[in-house]
Amino acid sequence: MVWQALLELADDHLVLGHRLSEWCGHAPMLEEDLALPNMALDLIGTARTLYARAGEIEGAGRDEDALAYLRGERDYRNCLLVERPNEDFAHTMLRQLYFAALMKPYWEAAMGSSDPVVQGVAGKAVKEMAYHIRHAGEWVIRLGDGTEESAARMRDAVAALAIYVDEMFDDSPAALAAAGVLPRRADLRGAFDATIAAVFSGAMLDQPAAPYAQRGGRDGLHSEGLGHMLAVMQSLHRQHPGAVW
Amino acid sequence: MTQTTPLWEVFIRPRNGLAHKHAGSIHAADEVLALQAARDVYTRRGEGNSIWVVRSADIYASDPDQTAENFDPAADKVYRHPTFYDIPDDVGHM
Repeated sequence: MVWQALLELADDHLVLGHRLSEWCGHAPMLEEDLALPNMALDLIGTARTLYARAGEIEGAGRDEDALAYLRGERDYRNCLLVERPNEDFAHTMLRQLYFAALMKPYWEAAMGSSDPVVQGVAGKAVKEMAYHIRHAGEWVIRLGDGTEESAARMRDAVAALAIYVDEMFDDSPAALAAAGVLPRRADLRGAFDATIAAVFSGAMLDQPAAPYAQRGGRDGLHSEGLGHMLAVMQSLHRQHPGAVW
Repeated sequence: MTQTTPLWEVFIRPRNGLAHKHAGSIHAADEVLALQAARDVYTRRGEGNSIWVVRSADIYASDPDQTAENFDPAADKVYRHPTFYDIPDDVGHM
């Protein structure tokens, strides 16, 4: 179903956007304290349009708020990578690089979508993802090829996130059913690998062979952290339904 | 942080045909990150379409103690302003 495929995509963007927003007020320097929410707002903006479109196609009267705030973690369909905790700057930047390195070619392909809303999102998101790759990539390079401490943290991040990469390229039955509206993720592995290889060579990092691939996000099987994140994100709307400012 | 992370001055050009204007300053490890930081801090509301960054340490500035000798001599030379000419009507706005 197309609306479910749009929901998966929207969930990826909202969850990662919320994770990035958790840095707001906590980043190591003012410059990054603005840069991280900038990127978060790019992602949340994309999520809003996708939720609205998904709700419209579903036709059950759910708007973007209903889809974002009134579903529990088992109903969330994001891939596991985006819900990984922020940890340190190395984890956060690598997670961002991985996501953007997939989504840039994804949105490039989606510019030919048969759905005008998806087309519109794609035109905007391609530019945002290009910047996210640049911003996160430059940090990965500087941390990986930086001090002994930063290089060790960067290697830890690469090892910790390795098992979440393959799942990003799985196409759920809903995504496959949305052919023509949304691109196939499996087709984008080559573009992703090329982006990562270029950054990693500058960062003096080796791409590790993942011992196994952790999956389950697209089936609603998430890590514990997502429940905590949603509790924070949804509490205001659940306590004050329909609240606006 | 200034000891380990240099300060940069940021100049933004609001649109083509105008000059870059000083917008403020940021900290960054090198020129590539400085441009990114400048973009993220100073162009969030569509302020520009071009950015320059210059290491603050590379700017050589006039000495405040020399303000009088630098600038006061220009104060009594009003004839340098081109306001004493009658402009023919046919010229229109100059």
